[in-house]
Amino acid sequence: MAIHCNPLLHQFILQLADNALVLGHRISEWCGHGPVLEQDIALANIALDHIGQARMYYQLAASFEDGATEDSYPYQRDVRGFRNLLLLEMENKDFGYTLTRSFFYDQFHYLLLEAIIQSDHKALKEIASQAIKEVRYHCRYSSDWMKRLGDGTEESHQRVQKAVDAFYMYTGEFFMPSAADEYMAAEFNINIESIKEKWLENIQAVLQESTLAMPQDTWFQKGGKTGVHTEKLGFLLAELQYIQRAYPNMNW
Amino acid sequence: MNAMTNHRDIYQVLETVLDPEVPVLSVVDLGIVRKVRLDRGTWQVDICPTYSGCPALDVIALDIKVALDQAGFENSQVNYVLDEPWTTDWISESGRKKLKEYGIAPPVGSPDKLAVNPDDRTVPCPICDSTDTVMVSAFGSTACKSLFKCNSCLEPFDYFKCH
Ligand SMILES: [Zn+2]
Repeated sequence: MAIHCNPLLHQFILQLADNALVLGHRISEWCGHGPVLEQDIALANIALDHIGQARMYYQLAASFEDGATEDSYPYQRDVRGFRNLLLLEMENKDFGYTLTRSFFYDQFHYLLLEAIIQSDHKALKEIASQAIKEVRYHCRYSSDWMKRLGDGTEESHQRVQKAVDAFYMYTGEFFMPSAADEYMAAEFNINIESIKEKWLENIQAVLQESTLAMPQDTWFQKGGKTGVHTEKLGFLLAELQYIQRAYPNMNW
Repeated sequence: MNAMTNHRDIYQVLETVLDPEVPVLSVVDLGIVRKVRLDRGTWQVDICPTYSGCPALDVIALDIKVALDQAGFENSQVNYVLDEPWTTDWISESGRKKLKEYGIAPPVGSPDKLAVNPDDRTVPCPICDSTDTVMVSAFGSTACKSLFKCNSCLEPFDYFKCH
């Protein structure tokens, strides 16, 4: 199928879309299982924001590709086609892991959207301007919970610290540019490397307030942006794509 | 055919199309109708989403189409536009009154675009007007609302959050 825009721009849009879809799907797994009703509702709302944002990006990607619709990308690609960050496919485990995953990503997501809003790509700017208003709530929610859990009981502190230590190694990938990221930096002035410092600063401030220790310098995982995923994404997609695989093109 | 009269008629029809999640607000009250225009014999109605994941948007588009059909405007098309993100500033005065009567506290003030965090404001209770209220959760029954509790009349209520 022919793509009517620079293929690297198309890939960048899919990176954004896949991030939103995979994290939205993961968070939605909490629906009906939240620790208390208010948090169940909050998580479902946040999942919906991500999935709504994913739809806008997929629609944009589809507008550049012959014969594609917004559904082609989530339902008709295999694991290797997905461009999401590895962190976002990590399992929910417990509330602490779930919130830590969101915390690291939300802080990055906010800065990335800010960069897109200041960029020179009109359609992406429009989506980012819509999305950033929602991401403000996400940032607040996840950092508030880091503080409550980190500065909470001995057990909550230990558990959330474990999650921070486990997930930190997946955050380096945020700032390792893919070919698509490099293209967007050169052509549209969206530069992910330039937001790293601010991200670190913001993360450190919240962790400190949460009485949590910042992980030491570590080796960082990578691969998501080039389609090299953990086995976890395969299981996620098996569930997400099941109906379309079993009954292609079926409608609800 | 008089385009001006029809334009007004179409707005009158749109006033009858309600937001399925807040069924006292019309799509016009909500401020999501961005433009109505006649293009080569077809009425184009541009609407914008409130929140990206608002599941009501597709239903709203369908409801608008059906209402226009029934009012005799069979050549119409509903489009989604994103050029400017929706804000609660676009909710009409009458919309704000309807929200309060329905038991939902209307947005207080304008959104602060510069703040990274949505700021905290005093939200008066829509039932007894007391300002002694407290937020229970920033996320309520739908994306556009948060959950509050009134310390005076002790009733829980939804707040249409500033966005
Ligand atoms: Zn009251």
